[in-house]
Amino acid sequence: MNLNEIIVQSLTQSTIQVFSTMLGVEIQCGDTTVNAGMPEANEGVVSFIGVAGSWAGTGSVSCTPAMACRICAQMLMCEAPAVNEEVLDTVAELTNMIIGSVKTELEQHLGPLGLSIPTVVYGRNFKTKSAGNAEWIVMHFQWDGEDLVVKLCLEPKEQAAHVMFHTSSTDACALDV
Amino acid sequence: MESNVLVVDDSAAIRKILQRVLRQTGMSIHTIHEAGDGQEALGVLGAQKVDLVLSDINMPKMDGLQLLASMKASPQWRSIPVVMITTEGGETKVSEAVKLGAAGYVRKPFTADQIKEKLAGILEPALPL
Repeated sequence: MNLNEIIVQSLTQSTIQVFSTMLGVEIQCGDTTVNAGMPEANEGVVSFIGVAGSWAGTGSVSCTPAMACRICAQMLMCEAPAVNEEVLDTVAELTNMIIGSVKTELEQHLGPLGLSIPTVVYGRNFKTKSAGNAEWIVMHFQWDGEDLVVKLCLEPKEQAAHVMFHTSSTDACALDV
Repeated sequence: MESNVLVVDDSAAIRKILQRVLRQTGMSIHTIHEAGDGQEALGVLGAQKVDLVLSDINMPKMDGLQLLASMKASPQWRSIPVVMITTEGGETKVSEAVKLGAAGYVRKPFTADQIKEKLAGILEPALPL
């Protein structure tokens, strides 16, 4: 298996396991694509976590506000009628667990890696861009027809310059959690 | 005898889940204190009687390993069992935690049964389960 295949397999297993263990939900795996590091429009809730070591990059989890609320309600067994700090914190922790498990798997192949504290962005009409040139592995998952997108880009450290830029036109906020 | 537990994690979501899981274990718990990082945890330890600490490793300000080292260096707190709850599956940080005197660790994501099993193994003689 090459590295991309290992990452895809690990992201799949990790996402399914986190949803199964922490939410008691069976999430369905959808399409996987490899995208060039181009900026793309985003809205909803997007959570980022940095990966550092001999390889470096960024992992992200994104979903609609409704899906974020549902994840929070299911994971914390509480009401989550709107995106609030608790919802953003839950999505951040979900990202930490998914990418954290992938990091552990990848350490067997790439050596020790570290994780940053996640950052969550919530809003509309914003763009995110990584300063690196690595390709992103983009995986779609579905829970009752709603989409959750998990992404990871990684490249050898000497090539990596993974500063995430968030540019917003309206209604976006970022929260370090 | 009822016990006091301190849950340390920078994620309020995980603190909430651990509160619920601890209540489900059947342990005789009086109070579950919370802290968002190691520094805050030391403040709670200084002010409250704590019988067990569950701590994340990766946290801002003071991480779980620094908290563990501080506790083990203190005659007052060194006997309190500390269980690390972490996404860190790599040998390095987990080994470091064990070397520093962690009573055990549980990897995130976790089930209520995994927490209960770990606490039973570590604390059965000390805490009523």
